[in-house]
Amino acid sequence: MIPRIYIPGDSGALALGAEKVAKAIEAELAARGIEAKIVRNGSRGAYFLEPMVEVATAKGRIAYGPVKPSDVKSLFDSGFLTGGHHKRWLGAPDKIPFLAKQTRLTFARCGINDPLSLDAYKSLGGLKGLQNAVAMAPADVVKQVTESGLRGRGGAGFPTGIKWKTVLDATADKKYIVCNADEGDSATFADRMIMEGDPFVLIEGMAIAGVATGATKGFVYIRSEYPHAVAMMRKAVEVARKAGVLGLNVLGSPNAFDMEIRVGAGAYVCGEETSLLNSLEGKRGVVRAKPPLPAIQGLFGKPTVINNVISLASVPIIMDKGAAFYKDFGMGRSRGTIPIQIAGNVRNGGLFETAFGLTLGEIVDDIGGGTATGRPVKAVQVGGPLGAYFPRGLFATPFDYEEFAKRDGLIGHAGITVFDDTADMLKQARFAMEFCAIESCGKCTPCRIGSTRGVETIDKIAGGIEPEKNIALVTDLCNTMKFGSLCALGGFTPYPVMSALTHFRDDFKPAPVAEAAE
Amino acid sequence: MTMQPASTEIVSRTAAIIHEFKGLEGPLLPILHGIQEEFGYVPQDSLPVIADALNISNAEVHGVATFYHDYRSHPAGRHVLKVCQAEACQSMGSDAVAAKLKQLLGIGFHETARDGSVTLEPVYCLGLCACAPSAMLDGEVIGRLDDEKLDEIVAEVRS
Repeated sequence: MIPRIYIPGDSGALALGAEKVAKAIEAELAARGIEAKIVRNGSRGAYFLEPMVEVATAKGRIAYGPVKPSDVKSLFDSGFLTGGHHKRWLGAPDKIPFLAKQTRLTFARCGINDPLSLDAYKSLGGLKGLQNAVAMAPADVVKQVTESGLRGRGGAGFPTGIKWKTVLDATADKKYIVCNADEGDSATFADRMIMEGDPFVLIEGMAIAGVATGATKGFVYIRSEYPHAVAMMRKAVEVARKAGVLGLNVLGSPNAFDMEIRVGAGAYVCGEETSLLNSLEGKRGVVRAKPPLPAIQGLFGKPTVINNVISLASVPIIMDKGAAFYKDFGMGRSRGTIPIQIAGNVRNGGLFETAFGLTLGEIVDDIGGGTATGRPVKAVQVGGPLGAYFPRGLFATPFDYEEFAKRDGLIGHAGITVFDDTADMLKQARFAMEFCAIESCGKCTPCRIGSTRGVETIDKIAGGIEPEKNIALVTDLCNTMKFGSLCALGGFTPYPVMSALTHFRDDFKPAPVAEAAE
Repeated sequence: MTMQPASTEIVSRTAAIIHEFKGLEGPLLPILHGIQEEFGYVPQDSLPVIADALNISNAEVHGVATFYHDYRSHPAGRHVLKVCQAEACQSMGSDAVAAKLKQLLGIGFHETARDGSVTLEPVYCLGLCACAPSAMLDGEVIGRLDDEKLDEIVAEVRS
């Protein structure tokens, strides 16, 4: 049997040198005259171990990581093609604690095989959900998704099934499925990972959405900062078309569904659903007032399902194993699993899919292993640039939509940025306002003007100019932005600002004036 | 600086790109992406050609081309270096990374080196948040930036 070597082609692995490792392995194979097959898989998401190289042995896969090009020669010397011991030896990948502790439903296949091999996809349960869906009445598919308790993973947490039902019930000559892959929140990379590591699961999810609602056309709107994801999705759509997963007869059924990959142009606000729809239509990415809901009048004025990548990619397993199976995971009204992305200043950074309910402390300390710098954790921002900063005092908060809302926070797209004790929370609050000013679409005044005034006022606080009065002013401004903005950009920017002010008040005190030298 | 093509040439090359994408639903962004890929920026002379072909106003095309951060009104340097400045990278010292790059390259954000070698830009998230701080050089991703990697980047853009 020819040895098989798996080297991730995922952006995160590439950023850590996977390409150089691949070249070094190819060169070493050639130099030693060994014939081997190199498979470029996605990433399993343990980025602290990337580039993680795996070999298929008689006893199953064996992983090595993080592999540097300079390790390659000694890997061969240690007999890594048959799983030999080496300082980078990690053992069976599914036994690595960070991966073994996860519950992988949406990411079950991500990072295991060649992302463009439809056969590999099918061998691990792929397309079963779509097969079930095409054999059912659309209303029954929608019912399954509703009963699974799946809520929008993009951040808003709106029940996916209810959105789908609205579109199913709408009458129109054309309906659309739009996938929001404009994953702009810092600390999030779940969408990128699934598009690069298991693109067919997203295609399958979108096809199921089409079958369920009577939509025949889908768009995936991917941000331009993700060129590798764009390339992978484009290739995967071609493969799916050739195999009859997409086209006039989805899996041989009478349902037609096809899709197109579109690329954004660097506007954060286009992650907001109505702004994304305008952008797809070829307009400025300006937010639309709701109502009308996109489900009634969405893309080109037609009924449109607009869902996040992870919401859609979670549908195939629901349609394969059933609503009850999925619903069985989680807590309260947060059902199923959530891919938590642990990022920033953290020792074990990566994607951790698990049922809702882990506490923030378990995620940061036990799974994340504390900070990368080894210093104490000062704050964690949950939910991207519009999410609140949580102090250690709130680490008992369970990962759940409602529990976070109760503490003036949000789980958003489930990204967590860890900061050590060198972080200056006034600076972070200022950045939140500055980012809002840079990215505001300009449609509503609280966001457009408020963010700029916010930066100025926080600068005054930093400069020690009437700090108490200006803190009151920022608080009032946040209130106006929260309740007066059209969308989450202006409406949620107050979360990081107010949480920094509430939990880290010391950072807003004027810097002590240095004692005059004698 | 990169030579800018003459206006008649811009018009004819723009028309070819429009022809390629005009059949799409909502073709304006794909057309603008195509134009930027062709010229390295979106020339002013392209805008009326697009407006005419899509039967929309010049103002509308101008509005769209200027709304999005990606579309350039002028050519960039031979290399484009985007440095992530979002929170996850901030937590790992992206401020210092940006400061060092500005110093090494002698330019600020949104500026191009005088020899046309490189344009430096901030970017808000590359999805490499577990490999922070990160950057993208001409579409290639680089994570866990340190002094050694910054020196390599600078050497590459200068070569």
